[in-house]
Amino acid sequence: MIEVDEVCKSFTVRRRSGRLRRSRTLVGAVDRISFTVAAGEFVGYLGPNGAGKSTTIKMLTGILTPTSGRVRVSGLDPSRQRTALARRIGVVFGQRTTLWWDLPLRDSLTLVRHLYRVERSTHQARLAELTELLELGAFLDTPVRQLSLGQRMRGDLAAALVHDPELLVLDEPTIGLDVISKATVRAFLTRLNTERGTTILLTTHDLGDVERLCRRVMVIDHGRLAYDGSLPRLRAALDADRILIVDLARAAPPIEVDGARVVRTDGPRQWLAIPPSGNAAAVVAAVAARHEVEDISLREPGIEDLITRLYGGGVPADR
Amino acid sequence: MRLYAWIAAYALRRYSTYRVAALSATFTNTIFGFMRAGVLIALWHARPSLGGYDVTDAVTFSFLTQALIEPVRIFGGSLDLTERIRTGDISIDLHRPVDLQGWWLADDLGRAGFALFSRGVPPLLGGALVFSLRWPSSPATWAAFAGSVLLAMLVSFGLRYLISLTVFWLHDDRGVNGISLITSMFFSGMIVPLVVFPGRLGTVAQLLPWAALIQMPADVFLGRRTDLLHVYAFQGGWAAVLLAAGRLLTMTARRRLVVNGG
Repeated sequence: MIEVDEVCKSFTVRRRSGRLRRSRTLVGAVDRISFTVAAGEFVGYLGPNGAGKSTTIKMLTGILTPTSGRVRVSGLDPSRQRTALARRIGVVFGQRTTLWWDLPLRDSLTLVRHLYRVERSTHQARLAELTELLELGAFLDTPVRQLSLGQRMRGDLAAALVHDPELLVLDEPTIGLDVISKATVRAFLTRLNTERGTTILLTTHDLGDVERLCRRVMVIDHGRLAYDGSLPRLRAALDADRILIVDLARAAPPIEVDGARVVRTDGPRQWLAIPPSGNAAAVVAAVAARHEVEDISLREPGIEDLITRLYGGGVPADR
Repeated sequence: MRLYAWIAAYALRRYSTYRVAALSATFTNTIFGFMRAGVLIALWHARPSLGGYDVTDAVTFSFLTQALIEPVRIFGGSLDLTERIRTGDISIDLHRPVDLQGWWLADDLGRAGFALFSRGVPPLLGGALVFSLRWPSSPATWAAFAGSVLLAMLVSFGLRYLISLTVFWLHDDRGVNGISLITSMFFSGMIVPLVVFPGRLGTVAQLLPWAALIQMPADVFLGRRTDLLHVYAFQGGWAAVLLAAGRLLTMTARRRLVVNGG
């Protein structure tokens, strides 16, 4: 579905370097990235701000032309065959909208139908389905400017799917959404991927999205692909510590115990890091034997921790 | 083609959403019609048959041009496209399976179509209530006028599309908008009809694209130009040149595109 081969993209940035003089510098946004995505995959594309995520996406959809390298999406060259490709893919930007601000949602969706030359009968069936799954019924006839963010987002998803694309590209689709709207969107995306077989590429900063949706994760940092693989493998590769939180009866110097080390203390509360190979039960027993413990809890490494460590450097070469 | 008709129809609906705004703007247009008519009446009393117009021509010209302000956007300026380039929303437009220029042309024609009725008719009616205006003498003249206005809309779009695209390079449209406002007002005949421009200035002004915006449709309306072939060739020629330039500039801009705001 997607083939990216040694793709680079650099931008020229002008800086003032004197009173009138300006110097130009070439900034590399994406640096020799290669990956492929097969039909039917659900891939999370992560990276800190400015890492090159959006640039990659815009090269995949044909808006930006790569400085070098080769991109194929659905067998097409995106930047040369932009309109042909646009008919076969759907794109949603969480921070922008494709809907017409002044018109009711239904009208926007009808105009999109004309845009993609979808037959009226096909459109009606599809719209009914989308209306049900995305719960659009209550606001189909409301002007878009009056929709809440969650409603607008669902409307945008519907607009991106009117023509039943083979690939759906999502750029932070859950940004700013509340828990319930997020759940609706996530459930919808899962169904779309498993039942319709739509390939989905998701960029997000919401790690909940990634944990619940993506079977495969790609991490980009400083324009380079830092990781490409499954989430469990990412976890293992990063060797994340589990954290034991111990509440002592009173403040004490850092606990010394085999198989764990104190990473933080705050009054009577202490945080102990246990490496993946360590035995948490033994540590708990050892701590309880030597100290008066009020409460104890164990936290599995969250994806946040993993990503923080990944972005912070120390990335294993696991490709 | 059908798609572009749909886009135009939707633009018409979109612009017709804001009726109070259209109403107040058309009221202003009409009032200014009276002010300009007053000035032109004084001028033609001092210099009768100036530029070949009589007083009735001049008064009709002032209301007619007030009526055409919005349909051909005589105050120049850019399209909504500018704002979309500035904010990066342009990437949404580029994700649609349509030609960028065609999309905005259809959108602008929809806007102009709505403006023709909402902003075009009231100034003429207002003027007709007070003055006796010179109306086209036959349906054929009306039809010729309609064709000329349509071509004027194309020229207007061609100019404003080019101005909008400069944002790709300049990142801000205030400067070009200022220039476009002045040139458009002056060279379209909005301040004084081009027919009174003296000597070489007059000749040059009549050859520039802004002459196609209101001077030519007005002269067709007043029955002063019956050489339709020439009029249409002039307007159509400029429209073709400007649209082709827009096409070229779009391709260049696409190659150096940077989407603002991620």
